[in-house]
Amino acid sequence: MSEGSANSQDYETVVKAGTAEKVAEFGGGPVSALKRIQHMLHKAPSMVPLIVLVMSIVIFGILLGSKFFSPFALTLILQQVAIVGIVGAAQSLVILTAGIDLSVGAIMVLSSVVMGQFAFRYGIPVEVAVGCGLLCGVLCGYINGWLVAVMKLPPFIVTLGMWQIVLATNFLYSANETIRSQDIDSQAPLLHFFGRTLSIGADEAGRGGATFTYGVIFMVCLVLLLAYVLRETAWGRHVYAVGDDPEAAELSGVQIRKVLISVYVLSGLICAFAGWVLIGRIGSVSPTSGQLSNIESITAVVIGGISLFGGRGSILGMLFGALIVGVFTLGLRLLGADAQWTYLLIGVLIIAAVAVDQWIRKVSV
Amino acid sequence: MEPILRGVNLVKRYGRVTALDHCNFELYPGEILAVIGDNGAGKSSLIKAVSGATIPDEGEVYLEGKRVHFQSPLDARHAGIETVYQTLAMSPALSIADNMFMGRELRKPGFMGSVLRRLDRPEMERIAREKLTELGLMTIQNINQAVETLSGGQRQGVAVARAAAFGSKVIILDEPTAALGVKESRRVLELILDVKARGIPIVLISHNMPHVFEVADRIHIHRLGKRLCVINPKDHSMSDAVALMTGAKEPEEQHAA
Repeated sequence: MSEGSANSQDYETVVKAGTAEKVAEFGGGPVSALKRIQHMLHKAPSMVPLIVLVMSIVIFGILLGSKFFSPFALTLILQQVAIVGIVGAAQSLVILTAGIDLSVGAIMVLSSVVMGQFAFRYGIPVEVAVGCGLLCGVLCGYINGWLVAVMKLPPFIVTLGMWQIVLATNFLYSANETIRSQDIDSQAPLLHFFGRTLSIGADEAGRGGATFTYGVIFMVCLVLLLAYVLRETAWGRHVYAVGDDPEAAELSGVQIRKVLISVYVLSGLICAFAGWVLIGRIGSVSPTSGQLSNIESITAVVIGGISLFGGRGSILGMLFGALIVGVFTLGLRLLGADAQWTYLLIGVLIIAAVAVDQWIRKVSV
Repeated sequence: MEPILRGVNLVKRYGRVTALDHCNFELYPGEILAVIGDNGAGKSSLIKAVSGATIPDEGEVYLEGKRVHFQSPLDARHAGIETVYQTLAMSPALSIADNMFMGRELRKPGFMGSVLRRLDRPEMERIAREKLTELGLMTIQNINQAVETLSGGQRQGVAVARAAAFGSKVIILDEPTAALGVKESRRVLELILDVKARGIPIVLISHNMPHVFEVADRIHIHRLGKRLCVINPKDHSMSDAVALMTGAKEPEEQHAA
């Protein structure tokens, strides 16, 4: 009964005989401009926030003139978004793995409180105290990561719980005590490290000109470093793969647990650095500061075009998103508009950003 | 001859369902072994058990005569077993090259690679392009395009090319032609014979009887969670195989082949 195999080929002999070299071809027909834009955005999703950012700077520049379009005002925006940008970098990493980190703000504040209290309450050398603060962030991140990766709990629930736990720990440990700016300056100036400034073109009294705090420089370097790591290293590719389709990533040889834990640990560490920058920004160590960081960081990430479903977007987009919020906030304030207009416009931007994300996803369909 | 990959008394239960019921499995060097069976017969469970995707509850797996304990697909891969899953296991948003080298990325030589951990993109793209060309899939012009922008057949081609490029001991293909058109199926079958000619044995799971009978050296018929029999496609017809598979016919003798 060997004719089975012979018969089976009959209907395919045609194909075999005239095997064309081309298996499938892409239609070379006219591609509409809209489709082309869609494809371009699919490749470079941070283009949308960049365009919005440039447009908003131009519009406010026209409306306000030199009041807005000065080195001083523009670098002021950078200073105002430094914290959100750093925390947003941590948030971006987690969201790229299809998670969410609601505890970023709390970890940031607890870390800053640990740095301050260790130095002042126990008299530990300030360098060590800062190290302990960073370690505190790492530890919180590790707990998040372990619960998500090993216990397989949803990130939303884990970090919602950690948010409350860490925040309560923060208040209990600090006894709601603020460390004053003057004390820090006289006894532990290292805590103000990120508050130091680098001025270019200021007058003698230190007014005007471009002013960069070390915190701003740190934010930009951090985002560029992470952008490199995410694009150019295996670990970065794995972060995207895990967020995209965890089962596929695991089957094709990614160690999901390790990747997830490392992401949450890194996120915790970045938040701790944000805590250090926060001390420099507000001057004192205050357990009640930074309460809005969670929502602001998620806003920056979403406006920056990073998909909340994971695996898509770039960290540069997050930075653009944070800057857009900063530009709107300062621009509208200089225009004398009610602050609520800022929130209203940001709300519109969030929804528009997600709509664009959904549209980009349909690129192949 | 000693089997290169062997499963003995494999058992896998999911709750009250027994997917594998003391199943044996042998793959010999240089052969193409087809695994056929009805839906739910446990073909996929068998393949997952020998490829490390699941850990069997009981039983042993031997590779080249040595007992192996795969805890993950990565372990199996390090041992030289490559699997193309039915779901293809590819990250849609990442590029073809990224997907082909997922979990075994190449780093740049020297400082850039060892300290800065930079990926060697040009080299990975070159190899990926070369492998796809071997498979006649070079109509994919852009090796950096995201996998989700490919057609179903092209995705399958990329997945097969990935396995063929890296499998050193065994290649397992789960329904490799299911999503393909006639021409593309032919390509994949040619590739399977190609890989066999290089001396790498293949496990082929398929529902497509003509394809199975065309390329397989032996056919493992799976029924109700265990191996019913192994037949030689030269001695049996397709209808025999289907009858055995569905239980309409009893095997004449055990291990006919």
